[in-house]
Amino acid sequence: MLDFPRWKVWLTWAVIAVCALAAIPSFVPERLRETWPSWVPQPVVNLGLDLAGGSYILLEAKTDDLEATRLDAMREQIRLAMRRRPSVGIGDISQQGGQLSFMVRDATEVDAARERLLPMTAGAGLTGQRDWDISVVDSTRFVLKPTAAGSQQAFENAMNDAVEIVRTRVDQLGTREPTIMRQGSNRISVEVPGLKDPEALKELLGQTARLEFKLVDLAANPADVAQGRAPVGSEVLPMREGGGSIAVKRTAIITGDQLVDARAETDPQNAAAWQVAITFDGAGGRRFARTTQENVGKPFAIIVDDKVISAPNINEPILGGRASISGGFTAASANQLAIALRSGKLPVALAVVQESSVSAELGADSIRKGVLAGVLGSVALIAFMLVTYARFGVYTTAALIVNAVMILGIMALFGATLTLPGIAGFVLTIGAAVDANVLINERIREELRRPRAALPAVEFGYKEASTAIFDANITNVISAAIMFVFGSGPIRGFAVVLAIGIVTSVFTGVTFTRLLVSRWLQRERPKTINI
Amino acid sequence: MRPLKLVPDNTNIPFLRYRNVAMGLSLLLIAASIALCVFRGFNLGIDFVGGQMVRVSFAQPVAIEQLRERVESLGLGEATIQQVGNGREVSIRTPLPEGGDAAADQAARRVRAAIEQGYPGASVGSVESVSGKVSRELFRTGAISLGLAMLAISLYIWFRFEWHFGVGALFALFHDVVLTLGFFALTQLEFDLNIVAAILTIIGYSLNDTIVVYDRIRENLRRYRKMAIEPLLDLSINETLSRTVVTSLSIGLVLAILLAFGPDVIFGFTAAMLLGIVIGTFSSVYVSAAILLWLRLKPDSFVAKTAPEPVTGAERVTPRTP
Repeated sequence: MLDFPRWKVWLTWAVIAVCALAAIPSFVPERLRETWPSWVPQPVVNLGLDLAGGSYILLEAKTDDLEATRLDAMREQIRLAMRRRPSVGIGDISQQGGQLSFMVRDATEVDAARERLLPMTAGAGLTGQRDWDISVVDSTRFVLKPTAAGSQQAFENAMNDAVEIVRTRVDQLGTREPTIMRQGSNRISVEVPGLKDPEALKELLGQTARLEFKLVDLAANPADVAQGRAPVGSEVLPMREGGGSIAVKRTAIITGDQLVDARAETDPQNAAAWQVAITFDGAGGRRFARTTQENVGKPFAIIVDDKVISAPNINEPILGGRASISGGFTAASANQLAIALRSGKLPVALAVVQESSVSAELGADSIRKGVLAGVLGSVALIAFMLVTYARFGVYTTAALIVNAVMILGIMALFGATLTLPGIAGFVLTIGAAVDANVLINERIREELRRPRAALPAVEFGYKEASTAIFDANITNVISAAIMFVFGSGPIRGFAVVLAIGIVTSVFTGVTFTRLLVSRWLQRERPKTINI
Repeated sequence: MRPLKLVPDNTNIPFLRYRNVAMGLSLLLIAASIALCVFRGFNLGIDFVGGQMVRVSFAQPVAIEQLRERVESLGLGEATIQQVGNGREVSIRTPLPEGGDAAADQAARRVRAAIEQGYPGASVGSVESVSGKVSRELFRTGAISLGLAMLAISLYIWFRFEWHFGVGALFALFHDVVLTLGFFALTQLEFDLNIVAAILTIIGYSLNDTIVVYDRIRENLRRYRKMAIEPLLDLSINETLSRTVVTSLSIGLVLAILLAFGPDVIFGFTAAMLLGIVIGTFSSVYVSAAILLWLRLKPDSFVAKTAPEPVTGAERVTPRTP
């Protein structure tokens, strides 16, 4: 007991010193920290969104759209492939029950058609699995069915792309350190600390941003259009503002895929009105120029996410690949659309399925109250310990303070996040950390009553209490571990603090106080102990 | 200065004499809690049932009824409006709307917009929305983690102690969890994910108490082989009473302070924890030891089984200090 090997003393102090050093940067304001030389490591405890303010948004991809989009894309691909010279005449393309089918007009061209289909439907992966199954029924009808592997691959690609696009869009908002992660199979979580306006972010992420320019179908009967019916080769789309709908050709003149830039700007004629100026790439620009040349005097529709923003007349051919989208934009909404268009269209539509936003003020209020409660609780606890255990209460107090510093230090080293439940866990851990010392001190009291001399009483106190301390903490470790594995955000924050607190409280409560007590016993050699 | 002793030396309270009364009370409370949980049910938070909650801080004190009318005019169903903290802070909760996954988010948006329009100077402190699908998942993982924690801890107790103790600890655990649940059914405090964390923690700390008492019982069983079981249990409880009281008071003290001065966002969490500490202390003193008597723990039933284990404690007179 008295004989603490020197290395053990050094090790104990070294562990405490490392943790204490690691805890320091968390107390230094960020502005001051930035002036430190870069070689100084700066581990800090990150504040959770509930304390720092910010938004957590969980997005879920609507994957049922994905298959339809794939079918659409394949349909378009087939059309182009068959048109290639020497062209293969096909007709009656239809999508039904998740399958795509078409007829080859001339039965002798079935083999040629198959030849062209094969490379388009082969899997991209190395597994040799095909993305689409091709079958021929009634000798001239091709049926294409997406395979499970192909769908899975397409889904994975879409999700990965979606994560990247979400990241690009969030980055454009200029917030600091957003965290964007894929969650499970079809979800994406977005955490943005210090975000002022979560509505704008949600709005931005909720846009698929599929931009299309399509010719307005002037042949459509207005009465039919009002009822949602369009001629063959056309479709009816709603106007984004002001209600009503309009019939447009199915085939797009140009899409957002060929866009190289999009910027919000004010209308040169009217400084109060905002518009989005877009620039197409070379091929897109040429195609746009050709189509507008052929259709001067006719209107075309500008469509974003299947809603018609405006349908201006083509007054003159639009050359140079530039166009602007106007139609009742404000500065904010124009900017939002520009960001969304620039970052590319999302391969899947995303819906917000969970949100938790906390304003910086509420977060600061929570920190203030949490710290106040922490300080008051510690003071009350220390007073209680001093009154109850006298000198040993001093050791317990020292252990408590070291414990608090160590928890912070270790959290900083691991880059852990302190959340509001984490503060509660912190305060609770401080309360529970006394348990180890209470067990020891009570045991010393008992041993003294037995009676035993001072030295053996302390010795037995530490020894006998250790089983109970160990057993008791194991149950806490179990619950902390389960909370960490199964808990979501806030609970995890609590579990982390609890788990770290259990380890540090045993270390400070047993090892550290024992070191202090042994030094005292060696120095003073007391005959009796006042406890 | 003489240190304070909350529990005087050589305290000898015949706890187990009142075991029938205590046990009766426990069973009564358990029955009442179960009845409350079944018939009254919980005020489940949006974590578990979906919906949206907006916390607003108004510039001036606000008329709740008027606010309610304004929110309900959005057609989102019955709004639950609660004042938090001082009179100017209010939380508004509306039920999960019909519709797709994004419906909860859209509803929260509308509530937020209505507040910002109707009350200039009001600032929205927090917005939470949970869709039906996500809430069902959270409910499931919450239930799984509670179940697993109880299972894992039972396994540990089973591995660590003899079956009498295992059953006793499990019953105490059940007692604590059921009573805490009953408290939430009674008070209709919101039951959300944080409360699951609180209950998991209560499980940990309550068992901690029970284990300390059991450790002592086991030690005394080895030490006083001739002693009848009832006085031996009483002795063990009394010997650990001072520790039980000091520890429970310490944790209770910080929790009470957290409850009074801490952030009101975690009020329910802290309340659950404080209650759990009280119930847990009671159960470890009364329930867990009394149950050993009912399970007919015999003075020798434990010692015989573990005879090869070296006897620890009082028998060693000389300290092993090198």
